[in-house]
Amino acid sequence: MVRTHVKCKVCRGPAAVEVRRHNAAFCPEHFRAHFRSQVARAIHEFRMFEPCDRLLVAVSGGKDSLALWDVLLDLGYDTAGFYLGLGIGSYSDRSRDACISFADTRGAKLIVRSLSQEHGYTVPQLARLSGRVPCSGCGLNKRYEFNRAALEEGYGVLVTGHNLDDEVATLFGNVLHWNTDMLGRQAPVLEERVIGSETALVRKVKPLVRLAERETAAYAVLRGIDYIVEECPLVEGNTQHRYKEAITLIEESSPGTKQQMYFGFLKRAAHLFTEESEAVELVACSSCGAPTIVTQGRDPQCSFCKMKARTERARAEKEGAEGGKEGGGGKDEGGGGMA
Amino acid sequence: MKVKLRNPDRVMEIEGPLPVSDLLGRLDIIPEAVLVIRNGTLLLRGESLADDDEVEVRPVLSGGI
Repeated sequence: MVRTHVKCKVCRGPAAVEVRRHNAAFCPEHFRAHFRSQVARAIHEFRMFEPCDRLLVAVSGGKDSLALWDVLLDLGYDTAGFYLGLGIGSYSDRSRDACISFADTRGAKLIVRSLSQEHGYTVPQLARLSGRVPCSGCGLNKRYEFNRAALEEGYGVLVTGHNLDDEVATLFGNVLHWNTDMLGRQAPVLEERVIGSETALVRKVKPLVRLAERETAAYAVLRGIDYIVEECPLVEGNTQHRYKEAITLIEESSPGTKQQMYFGFLKRAAHLFTEESEAVELVACSSCGAPTIVTQGRDPQCSFCKMKARTERARAEKEGAEGGKEGGGGKDEGGGGMA
Repeated sequence: MKVKLRNPDRVMEIEGPLPVSDLLGRLDIIPEAVLVIRNGTLLLRGESLADDDEVEVRPVLSGGI
């Protein structure tokens, strides 16, 4: 078995992971230290949260969210995981089991809810009934439920596993289509928003923005985290994935491109778009109380409630067409189980 | 060697010895987009693979966020 002569930047022992954009390589021990230090640096640099904050970590069973939770636990933060069951067949079952197993082995608290329990539908059903692309409906539901869970369970900060590749792919897409309002909201920290004196949107933070996706995967492997390697079966052909592949091809020949694009944007251009985003006034959704924006003086209803109403209408029409047979239950019961 | 690929899971037979970078080139895979793992150990792109090795080429780019 032949090893290369690439040496760890720190101890000069045999390297296990190369980080080409830093022109560095690390042995397993020092890669883990490097990874932790990059997370800690992002938390500090962007003032994401303080040791006294209660953090809700959105976990999917994938490498990024579990690696992040692992580091936050290691750094001593007060965290709980939050897993949202999306009802994507056995893939969701395996994802949930990976989160439960991770939480159990580390003695960490995990809150488990599911869309079917909370709202009476799954992501595949939602896509069929609402006519939305699965990833779009899934994303909307996750954003809504993550925020709702944080508010209901008393967590002031929602932590997500978005890494450098995620952020660059999103930035790339937003620039391709000049989504200036989205560019204004693309930041490692999205501050809390209030309506009146009540928190409407909890602070959202992304401590993995200094780490590429390959690094989070390497960290998970080196830490023995049993994450879900398989891809979501609904994600095939996903735009975000195509952007990532294109950017990774550039990164392969020009290491550092991703980092330069994202951090260059934050330093030199993000401020040009934030005013437009911050000027938007939030009001409470007339159906659920969640924050939304006023449109032309009409009854304010958030995107989630509009989507849910459309889904329920489509389901009623479908059931009517099939002879009025009773549909599935569990709608709007709220609450949610704990694991 | 046996090469395990993911999404979907499948196994290919590739003749060795050859470096990791050549294996990925033969499979038309961008090295930055994967980890190559042998017996639970991460491999660098310059490392050699023997004909009787069993390796996993694990993708790292996820689609949804």
